[in-house]
Amino acid sequence: MKVRDLKERLIKYLLFFSALLTVAVTFGIILTLIFDSIEFFSKVSFLEFFMGTRWSPTIKPVSFGVLPLVAGTLMVTFGSAMIAIPCGLLAAIYLSEYASEGVRAILKPALEVLAGIPTVVYGFFAFVYITPLLQKIFPDISAYNALAASIVVGIMIIPIVSSISEDALRAVPKTLREAGYALGANKVKVIWSIVVPSGLSGIVASFILGISRAIGETMAVTIAAGRLPRLVNPLNPADWFEPIETMTAAMVEIGMSDVSGQSIEYKSLFAIGLTLFAMTLILNMVSYYVKMRFREVYR
Amino acid sequence: MEIYERKVTAIIGPSGCGKSTLLRSLNRLVELVENVRVEGEVLFNGKNIYDSDPVEIRRRIGMVFQHPNPFPKSIFENVAYGPRVHGIKERRKLERIVEDSLKKAALWDEVNDRLNDLALGLSGGQQQRLCIARAIATNPEVILFDEPTSALDPIASSKIEDLIVDLKKKYTVVIVTHNIQQAGRIGDYVAFFWMGELVEYDKAEKIFEKPEKELTERYLTGRIG
Amino acid sequence: MKVLTGKKDRNRNRFNDKLKDRLFLILCLLTTVFGLVILSALITFTFVEAAAWLDWQFLTSPPSRFPEKAGIYPALVGSIYTIALVGLFTLPLGVSAALFLEEYSGRSRIAKIIEINISNLAAVPSIVYGLLGLGIFVSKLNMKPGIIIVGAFTLTLLILPVVIVASQEAIRAVPYSLREASYGLGATKWQTIRGIVLPSAMPGILTGTILALSRAIGETAPLIMIGAASSIFSAPKDFFSPFSAMPMQIFVWTDMPRNEFLHGVAPAGVVVLLAVMLSMNAFAIFLRNRYQKKLRG
Repeated sequence: MKVRDLKERLIKYLLFFSALLTVAVTFGIILTLIFDSIEFFSKVSFLEFFMGTRWSPTIKPVSFGVLPLVAGTLMVTFGSAMIAIPCGLLAAIYLSEYASEGVRAILKPALEVLAGIPTVVYGFFAFVYITPLLQKIFPDISAYNALAASIVVGIMIIPIVSSISEDALRAVPKTLREAGYALGANKVKVIWSIVVPSGLSGIVASFILGISRAIGETMAVTIAAGRLPRLVNPLNPADWFEPIETMTAAMVEIGMSDVSGQSIEYKSLFAIGLTLFAMTLILNMVSYYVKMRFREVYR
Repeated sequence: MEIYERKVTAIIGPSGCGKSTLLRSLNRLVELVENVRVEGEVLFNGKNIYDSDPVEIRRRIGMVFQHPNPFPKSIFENVAYGPRVHGIKERRKLERIVEDSLKKAALWDEVNDRLNDLALGLSGGQQQRLCIARAIATNPEVILFDEPTSALDPIASSKIEDLIVDLKKKYTVVIVTHNIQQAGRIGDYVAFFWMGELVEYDKAEKIFEKPEKELTERYLTGRIG
Repeated sequence: MKVLTGKKDRNRNRFNDKLKDRLFLILCLLTTVFGLVILSALITFTFVEAAAWLDWQFLTSPPSRFPEKAGIYPALVGSIYTIALVGLFTLPLGVSAALFLEEYSGRSRIAKIIEINISNLAAVPSIVYGLLGLGIFVSKLNMKPGIIIVGAFTLTLLILPVVIVASQEAIRAVPYSLREASYGLGATKWQTIRGIVLPSAMPGILTGTILALSRAIGETAPLIMIGAASSIFSAPKDFFSPFSAMPMQIFVWTDMPRNEFLHGVAPAGVVVLLAVMLSMNAFAIFLRNRYQKKLRG
């Protein structure tokens, strides 16, 4: 009997340590990023990294200004959000307010497929098919450009926006809709003045999560948007037609090259990684917080 | 409250009055629910079960639940599960226990040619009798029934009732029911619970013919409940 | 007179409203299928272009500078080895963690912290996991960069949160009444878990795990970070060999200047990768359907 209890307890601790491993992974990520970044920042000042406007880790004179990379990332993020947010939200409205159960049972998993295609395949699509198509419309667009990358990243994150938004819309109580109809409003009016505002925090959370995913996206932007660090401006149309370089693409570039484990370029990987991790972590936490608030509303 | 050996004790009362919780405290299942505090004691053969090993207690006090809940396994494995967890590994011994238990649960004739079929393919009444066989298989002294017929049709229910009457020859039976007629048909003793309190506990005839408390009478005649 | 005009106005308004309703519905429908239509078109292009290149020779040859000789064999084997290891690592780890969270932890503080942590990990960009693999396994533990086992460890950490959440859902779906029946027979907690909970939850767990593995097989960025080879000419011999993987190979082909690579070899590689993923998904769905039928009896 004592042996039995001991065995039960042993198993419990074994399972507990497996669960604890996930916490260890988080600490592993944070510590790895911080330690190597510290070594990087001992050679390159914070100011040069975060305020520098030129990224040139290998070609002399070397310079580690991360701003061009951040600008590239923000550009693709902005472009993909322009596609994913309207498409994702309207798809969520269609699925929750209009679609019959049968149509929904087909469309919902079909939309999930968009997020299941490997990002390297999206990169291939953008570079090999979409850019040549765009070149027929805009003859001066370059082979690597931010526009094609933004289109595929946007398509890729539609399901994130649509599925979380749909959950939020479906959580809106039926009685609220009925109250709207009772006042004589038509369906569009009910959707925009009652349903969407009621589910707003969930919808906003889905936008933030989609944006966070776009920021961390790597292969599609590396393949399609090029590897040319430039301080771009999303509001300047010409910048969409030219190659750029995102933070993730810069990491791939260094990762593919033969840099030694002690070199400054190698350490810069972790400094970019830390910046990227911080950006996505903050967005995820904001999204989580926003979503938690919306949960409380209908409890 | 004293529960008599080899008799059927029926616990009646309106839903939500704590009957099922009481039943689950008799085999310590109640403590598996989160945030539960257990007070008082339950004496079994003169010993407080809350001072004993819960596993041993649950082996000796079997339980059958409100909804038939066979495991998603074969009929044989359902009955053999109890003996197996108590360390019986020998195939022939298990086969004997399974056959014996299924016979006692009046199910053997219906299923002996398909023991390896999934238990979920049985009808509701058969599933419930399988659950009774499963409870018998660990060789308990007491069997607790938690509204065992509330999910069944009348014919399946009456089979279970006959079986329970039969089982008291060998086992002590405690049954929770919200069906007053059922308590009258099969109970030797009846306990009436109201809002978590025991109102009256006596021989069945006494409760049904001359209840001492007015509350009991009003419940039995259907004026409250 | 006045009343009449009012009616007319209202009728026109109602007509406008109906039109608006209809137009909005059409807009919603169009945006819903927008991504799907584009994706279908892109996949069709890919299949058409791959058709001319995809043959036995492509599946069994190593990569080459000459498009007509190029093949995906070493990368295909590398991917399969890696994913097999990832499955071997994630399944026990993910199920154990899920069991702890669902069956043992109750509503304790530590469980809540772990759950929040898992949902955060699931949203960390995959390239960051690559840095973790590089920093821990290669730099700290001095393992060789670019070998299968390092890739497998890294991808394991990447999909572990997904597998845990899927396993939790499968475990949660096991009715409480079955656990109660098992305890009622005198089974201990672990006996109940091993005898009842795990067998009932296993199809759901396997479905979730296979879906996660099919995601892992398409991952590229973490493999680049841990130094997986961009082109390798022989299939890996064991789990400590350097390797390439299908997505890595596709990435390399999209970087080749010749048109035969972009419009022949790369599409063929994409088709092979998608085919492997599709068969994994199909297997997962098959498992789930079979299990649902079994439970309904």
